Parts: sequence; C-alpha cells; structure tokens
Amino acid sequence: MYQYNDFDHDFLAERNAQFRAQVERRINGSLTEDEFKPLRLMNGLYLQLHAYMLRVAIPYGTLNSAQMDQLAMIADKWDKGYGHFTTRQNIQYNWPKLRDVPDMLDALGEVGMHAIQTSGNTIRNVTADHFAGAAADEIEDPRPTAELLRQWSTDHPEFQFLPRKFKIAVTGSPNDRAVTKAHDIGLRMVRNEAGEPGYEVIVGGGLGRTPMIGKVLREFLPKADLLPYAEAIVSVYNLLGRRDNKYKARIKITVHENGIDTIRDLVEERFAQLRPEFSGVDQDMLEGIEAQFAAPEFKMASIAPFNAAYHEDPVFRSWVDTNVTKHRADGYAIVSISIKKQGQTPGDATSDQMRVMAQIARDFAHDELRISHEQNVILPHVHKADLPAIHARLRKAGLATANIGLISDIIACPGMDYCALATARSIPVAQQIATRFDELKLEHDIGDLKIKISGCINACGHHHVGHIGILGLDRAGVENYQITLGGDHTETAAVGERAGPGFAYDEIVPAIERLVAAYLDLRESPEERFIDAYRRLGMAPFKAALYPEVKANAA
Amino acid sequence: MSKPFTPKVVTANALLEGDVIYLTEDDQWSRNLKDAEVIEDEAHGDLRLLLAQSQPEQIVGAYLADVKLGEDGPEPTHFREDFRTKGPSNYNHGKQADAASVRTV
Repeated sequence: MYQYNDFDHDFLAERNAQFRAQVERRINGSLTEDEFKPLRLMNGLYLQLHAYMLRVAIPYGTLNSAQMDQLAMIADKWDKGYGHFTTRQNIQYNWPKLRDVPDMLDALGEVGMHAIQTSGNTIRNVTADHFAGAAADEIEDPRPTAELLRQWSTDHPEFQFLPRKFKIAVTGSPNDRAVTKAHDIGLRMVRNEAGEPGYEVIVGGGLGRTPMIGKVLREFLPKADLLPYAEAIVSVYNLLGRRDNKYKARIKITVHENGIDTIRDLVEERFAQLRPEFSGVDQDMLEGIEAQFAAPEFKMASIAPFNAAYHEDPVFRSWVDTNVTKHRADGYAIVSISIKKQGQTPGDATSDQMRVMAQIARDFAHDELRISHEQNVILPHVHKADLPAIHARLRKAGLATANIGLISDIIACPGMDYCALATARSIPVAQQIATRFDELKLEHDIGDLKIKISGCINACGHHHVGHIGILGLDRAGVENYQITLGGDHTETAAVGERAGPGFAYDEIVPAIERLVAAYLDLRESPEERFIDAYRRLGMAPFKAALYPEVKANAA
Repeated sequence: MSKPFTPKVVTANALLEGDVIYLTEDDQWSRNLKDAEVIEDEAHGDLRLLLAQSQPEQIVGAYLADVKLGEDGPEPTHFREDFRTKGPSNYNHGKQADAASVRTV
C-alpha cells in the first residue's frame, strides 16, 4: 500500500501546525466561532449534539496494522475507547476535546493519516471497493487511481470552495461494491475494444433529499486522461453549480437542470484546454503509486486444515459460508469481519477489537485491513489454511458474528444519538431489528437482505439504496420512520420507493417483522432474495403487510 | 396575531469540551438543565441570548430552547432537547454517565 514520502509528511506536519495555532487562537479569543468553523471543518472537526466529533479519512478504506493500532491508541487516549466506522470509509471519534485535537492529528500523521477534507465543500475522502486488489472479478486494483485522486484533490487550490461537497468513488470490478452510481463522480474500470483498461465515468449520482442515480458522462476514458478529465468535471461544476440554494448545489442538480449532454459538451471543451497542461508527471506518479500497490507474495500451502475445520465445526462453517468471499489467488480468501454483532452499534469497534484485528492482519493477512462502506472490516488477503485460527481469535474478541449480507448487517448513520443534523435516532432501531431477528433465529433463512437506516434526509445511512430503507424524521415533535422498498446499491443501482405513511419509534420493528414475514410467505424458493421477490411482485403485497389495518378498513 | 411566548432556556455547547450547557439566572453556565434560568418573556429572552452570544471564548452556538416547568425545574419539550440532557442511547456516555455534573464552565 501507499507509503508517505517526505513531501507528504512535511505537508501534513505543516498543516497540523497551522491547525494547532488556529485552535490556540480560537481558545484565546482571537478567532470567533464564525471565523474558526470553516478552519476546523477543513480539518475534519465537527461540533455535534453532545461533543466535538473528529472524522478521520481512511483513503479508499485501506489500513495497515500499525495504522489500526494507532486508531485504537487514539480512541483510548483521547476518546472513550472506541471508534465509529462510516459509510464513506472514515472513522469518527465522538468525544474529543478541542484542546486535544491537534495532538490527535499529530498522532494520525505519525502513521500517514489525516482528517483533511473529511468535511466542507471540497473533494472528500476518495472511496473504493473494499475488496480491491483481492476480488476475483477485478479488472485492475482501483486504489492507485484513488490514491492519485487523493493527492490531486488534497489542498487543490481551485477546489477548496466548491458549491457543495464532492464525493468520488472508484471500483475496479464489474460488480460494484463502491456504490459508484450514488457519487458525484463514480469511476468504474472497464476495458475498451483493444482490451486496454480505462474508466467508465459516471457523474451526478447522490442520495440525500433529492436522490439521483448517476449518469454516464464518458463510456471509456483512457487511464492517462483521468486527472485532466476529473479536473474538467469539477471546474465545470465549480462555475455552473448553484451557490444560491444549498439544496440545489450538488452536481446531481447541476446535471439534472442542465442535462447530461450540455454537461458533457462543457466538460469536453474544458478537458481539451486542460489536457495539454498535464505533461505526464501525473502518469509517472501513478506508476510509482502502482508499484506500491503490488499484490503481496501469496504463499502456497495445503488447505487441508481449512477443509477439516469446515467439515467438523458447524460454527466455523456457518461463518465461512456467510463472511468469506472468493479471492483471485488460489488457496486464498477474503474475510469480512462483522462489527455488527446483534445488538451492537453498527460500525463501532472498541480499541481492544481494533488491536485484535491489527494483530490478525500482522500474523495472517499480509498486514492489510480494509473498512467497507457497509461499516465492516475486511481482511483482503487470507490463506484458507489460516481461517480456523483467525476465526478462533475473532470469536474471543466478539468479532465472529456470521451475518455479512444478512438482515442484521445493517448500515446505520449515527442519527440523533450523536449527530446535530439528525431528525431521529438510527442506532437503536438497527439494534432492535438485529436483536429481534436473532431471537427469531430467522436470519440465515431470510438470506441476503440489505437494511439501511438514516436518521435524516441527508441519507448518510444510504436508505434510498437499501432493499429496505428506513428514514427517521421528526413529525410534530415525535420520531417517525418512513420505509422505502426496492433500493439497490450495486451496478444495477435503483432508488427505493416509499411504501406509505411512516411508523412511530415503537412501531417500526414490528412493521419490519411483518414485511419480512410477508417476503418469506411470498418467495418462490429460498434462493429468491427479498429484492428479487420485490421486483417480481411489486409494492402491493408488501404494502398490504405493512398496513394491515388499511386493508381491513377497505374490505 | 403572534404565537404566545412559551418558556425557554438559553443553551449552547461549551467551547473546550463541546458539552451541552445552560445559562443560569446568575450568568453562569451549568451542565444541568435543572439549573437553567427559565425565561418567560420574549424581550428578556432576547437579552439573555445576546449575553450568551457575547461570550464566544466560552461557548458555541447559543440558542433558545423550549422547556416546560416540572416539579424539579425546567424539562425539555422536544426529544432532541431531551437527548441533549442525557447523551446517546447506545452507551452510557455523556451527561447520563456523569449525573453529578453540576458545575460551571
């Protein structure tokens, strides 16, 4: 993975020193909050409901064990012994004190991490497929591209005050695990007719109050044209994007209002101007970055220990069947560690758990970890012979829950338990749904099902693209939860359809239970997933299950 | 006709810790809603808010929050303000973990 060079270290040290001085000036009264706020946001520091929150970028979700250990150390020393992994491959600390934040940033800098541009109207943390470099279906590892974009966008002078925030995601696989169609720019690696790798460029996707599926701006962009083309897109948006209305300022609205063809013409025109200015230095840098992302030396070993454990231990077998994915290398596997044990807060890991995962990565997994947008932790390169030992260690740490992709593997934003923008809580709803279906012992029978919960219209919990989406709102001073159905976050992305009136806090879990019971009755076979049944049958039978009294009244 | 004025308190977050705080009658900041000055008059509310906003070296984001009068002092009327008096519901962190948190900034 990418290692910081002297330039990176010096840049970060200087930036952290600047922020330390800014914090000092805020505390001694030289800066007002209005002056300080944009400065702290540029460095990832929010003020939330009960405390400050520091959002740290985990670029394209990739970490080594030393970085994970440092995240644990920071959680213990300056927070409450845990961190929250987010849907944009960041980690959030919920309880930092203002005076401590410069020290936290210095500690991050020691391991080549930062919180720059995790907030504000800039290009945010560039996210990528969490199986990058390991997935069996991959054309190319998307992370060198993501790292190039990170370097290009960090402190880019033209793009520090965009009309609104700007999010980029990259995938190297046809199976989209990076939600590229719900990003301002989504890049999907594809091959042209000559077999050369390049990008399909998608623009104008996004969730929030006006959800939009991204549109294809360029079907094939040669790899060497990436930065001038990305710069062309962002500069067109920078001029054209609406600054008069916050709710119409994202590029999805710019694309929607001007039309994809107009945007394409403007981008191509700007691209023609910019292209000659890129002398090829960026490609030299990319080559250097790519060398740092070379695949680890995969070992050759017998998988007999794996086969034996798989046949003898039903708990291990269940975990493998649910949490382990095919790897591109023989004898290897990708492990998804669920940090969503039923009843726990989705995405939270304690410092002890972080250290356990770091140690496993060191001992068995080529020192690599990933954070997924689904708020789990991935060991991308594991030899199958080591799976029994890994599983045993995870079990001891409460990290062996076999629920990846199942009903309790819920995405949930922090909601009103932490977030100043939230209109309702998300976390307890997720906890209760997961606990309820665990009690019913139905989880594995239900199979693949994505529930995604947001505590406000901004949709950090991706509710629009959940098979079942839940949106928490404030209705006349009471928490109220709307359900959407049929959303899809993959390459066949779709925005879910609202089922009807919302449910009160104490009604939402029973409503989900009725919905799932209806699915179990309606499905043609256990192989037909919830989303497939919904596509086959449409809204009506699910709506009838959600609102039985309406049906009774109408009868 | 304008809406009748409902009882309010001045609330904000402490600059250094980010913790939720309330303005008291004697111009102090308390971490406990029970200590807050209950404001019954709109003009007085404006003055108290101005006082709060004139202390940027101590506090951030002052505003007037609705309360009702309970047996033991002011109580929140909205669930958001209720959460602000306690802390998150997933862990015993924040004010609920530190019930004896009656002190000034």
